[in-house]
Amino acid sequence: MALTLMKGSEAIAEAAIRAGARFFFGYPITPQTEIPEYMSERMPEVGGCFLQAESEVAAINMVYGAAGTGARVITSSSSPGVSLKQEGISYCAGAQLPCVILNVMRGGPGLGNIQASQGDYFQGVKGGGNGDYHLLTYAPSSVQEAIDIMMFAFDKAEKYRMPVLFLADGIIAQMMEPVEMPEMVDYKVDPEKKPWACTGWKPGDDPAKRGVINSIFIDTESLSEHNEVLQEQYRLAKANEQMWECYKTEDAEFIITAFGTVARIGKTVVDQMRAEGHKVGLFRPITVWPYPYDALKAACCAPQVKGILDVEVNEGQMLEDVKLAVEGQKPIEFFGHFGSQFPTTGEIRNKILEMKEAM
Amino acid sequence: MAVVFERTKMLTDKQFHYCPGCNHGIIHRLVAESIDELIQEGKLEAGNVMGVAPVGCSVFAYDYFNCDMYEAAHGRAPAVATGAKRARPGTLVFTYQGDGDLASIGTAEIVHAAHRGEKIVTIFVNNAIYGMTGGQMAPTTLVGQKTTTSPHGRDEAWCGAPIKMSEMLSEVPGSYYIERCAVNTNANILKTKKAIKKAFQYQLEGKGFCMIEVLSTCPTNWGLSPVEAMKWLEENMIPYYPLGVKKDKGAE
Ligand SMILES: Cc1ncc(C[n+]2csc(CCOP(=O)(O)OP(=O)(O)O)c2C)c(N)n1
Ligand code: SF4
Ligand SMILES: [Mg+2]
Repeated sequence: MALTLMKGSEAIAEAAIRAGARFFFGYPITPQTEIPEYMSERMPEVGGCFLQAESEVAAINMVYGAAGTGARVITSSSSPGVSLKQEGISYCAGAQLPCVILNVMRGGPGLGNIQASQGDYFQGVKGGGNGDYHLLTYAPSSVQEAIDIMMFAFDKAEKYRMPVLFLADGIIAQMMEPVEMPEMVDYKVDPEKKPWACTGWKPGDDPAKRGVINSIFIDTESLSEHNEVLQEQYRLAKANEQMWECYKTEDAEFIITAFGTVARIGKTVVDQMRAEGHKVGLFRPITVWPYPYDALKAACCAPQVKGILDVEVNEGQMLEDVKLAVEGQKPIEFFGHFGSQFPTTGEIRNKILEMKEAM
Repeated sequence: MAVVFERTKMLTDKQFHYCPGCNHGIIHRLVAESIDELIQEGKLEAGNVMGVAPVGCSVFAYDYFNCDMYEAAHGRAPAVATGAKRARPGTLVFTYQGDGDLASIGTAEIVHAAHRGEKIVTIFVNNAIYGMTGGQMAPTTLVGQKTTTSPHGRDEAWCGAPIKMSEMLSEVPGSYYIERCAVNTNANILKTKKAIKKAFQYQLEGKGFCMIEVLSTCPTNWGLSPVEAMKWLEENMIPYYPLGVKKDKGAE
């Protein structure tokens, strides 16, 4: 298939459409405004619906409304806007609504800046909204990977009946890369496959099949029953959906852990340092929920590993999961910036050399 | 034997949880009967109805209306209805919301649903109080009215005069039909039903945003008997919230 040069945001938007998304609700915010802009042109061309909401709060609730009919629905925003969506995300999780949410992260807290960042890791994978819920959360590290994940994101959301979150740093949305765009998927709402959806129930039909999109379970027993249903889906997702990449970790003495764009910088460091004779590798989670703890542990706690360097564009958020996986078995250092400066290969290399010397 | 009266098919068999004398139950009936009639009259296909319940005393409305239903986050029903209606444009979509839900936390969502001319009907139940949480002040609470968070009566200088949502939304270009009703007398109940049905009819004709505000009692949190509550509504609410059509583009 031919490669085309595409801007990340537009490629991700097009991939969503090819994956069957026909409804987009969003609100402008840098650095992802190209996504709603693209959708406003493209959705009508495929018979879909683009609607600019009055706020991110409204946008995610429009997602709730449209996803409740079984349609494939997507919304996108960036950090401050995703904060506003948290209420609705929690409701989608509670009501078991499949949908896709994009967070093109920028610097924070508050208004922060408009440059790329990874500061919403905690928000994405440790909660964000209220209650015991998770989102199937992907952290792509290239435009192509974002496209490829988008092509199965709705299937996963529907399989587990849970929202999928893309935790992408602003770089992925802003950079142009040659990509291969998959064929259009033919998606139609099938009431048989989505018996829970609002697809046209009428009095006289089986009462159990009436569409009731709801997250309130007022008595303790029914709420625990409902939460048990959610937890069972989370257990299944944990068992089946973990994705990660090990890059030259087999004989590595030092392993870089990183996600998203930072992992690409890390790979360059691995190659450069290997050319200099240092045995360096990289571990990159692709799903940050469920987090590939066992895979990380297997790679990072191998006998020859002397140290781990976690690199992020925040103050060390994923670091907590790296520590959970490593369980104190190996020394872990952190390197990062939190004003949206991306670490350079030189900075990462120096940090690894420092660790080496200190041993 | 001829059937003289029966429960409307658009309500489930579930027993309402509302307090004795609460008007929510009457309003539910009127909404359900109107939809059922439209189906009987062949104007609406059974199955093409979606409703959105709010957060408030009517939070369980999804269990009462006998159609596909949503339960929305507090104040967000108009946004949820927007998503639902855009996804299934051929259906009749309504929201059912209290005054805390619509006139306080959900003002942005209701104003913009009206502004977009969203083809939905909103049933706005104004009882001048937060019923579900035990009687706190709402934006619609009357000046001087005592609630648990305005124990000495609402002070206009401190927290403003009660908001008139119907008048306000009439000024929004996208709204199509807005009427304020009450269910305190038989005549008013019939008028409310007529208004609700007209709003639904407008939606079926593809017209814009419609809202029927219904003044309603909350005997429990007003601290009055059901009969006293009706009287209080007549003597205090109706003078401040005048009944009648606020806007009807169809009649112009
Ligand atoms: C985000 C959020 N804030 C507050 C509440 C608590 N709460 C539940 S119902 C309600 C007020 C409802 O009042 P109203 O809309 O007037 O409905 P009524 O009960 O009077 O019919 C509030 C504040 C909530 N559920 N969610
Ligand atoms: S608390 Fe008030 S509004 Fe709620 S059910 Fe009772 S009477 Fe009705
Ligand atoms: Mg109220």
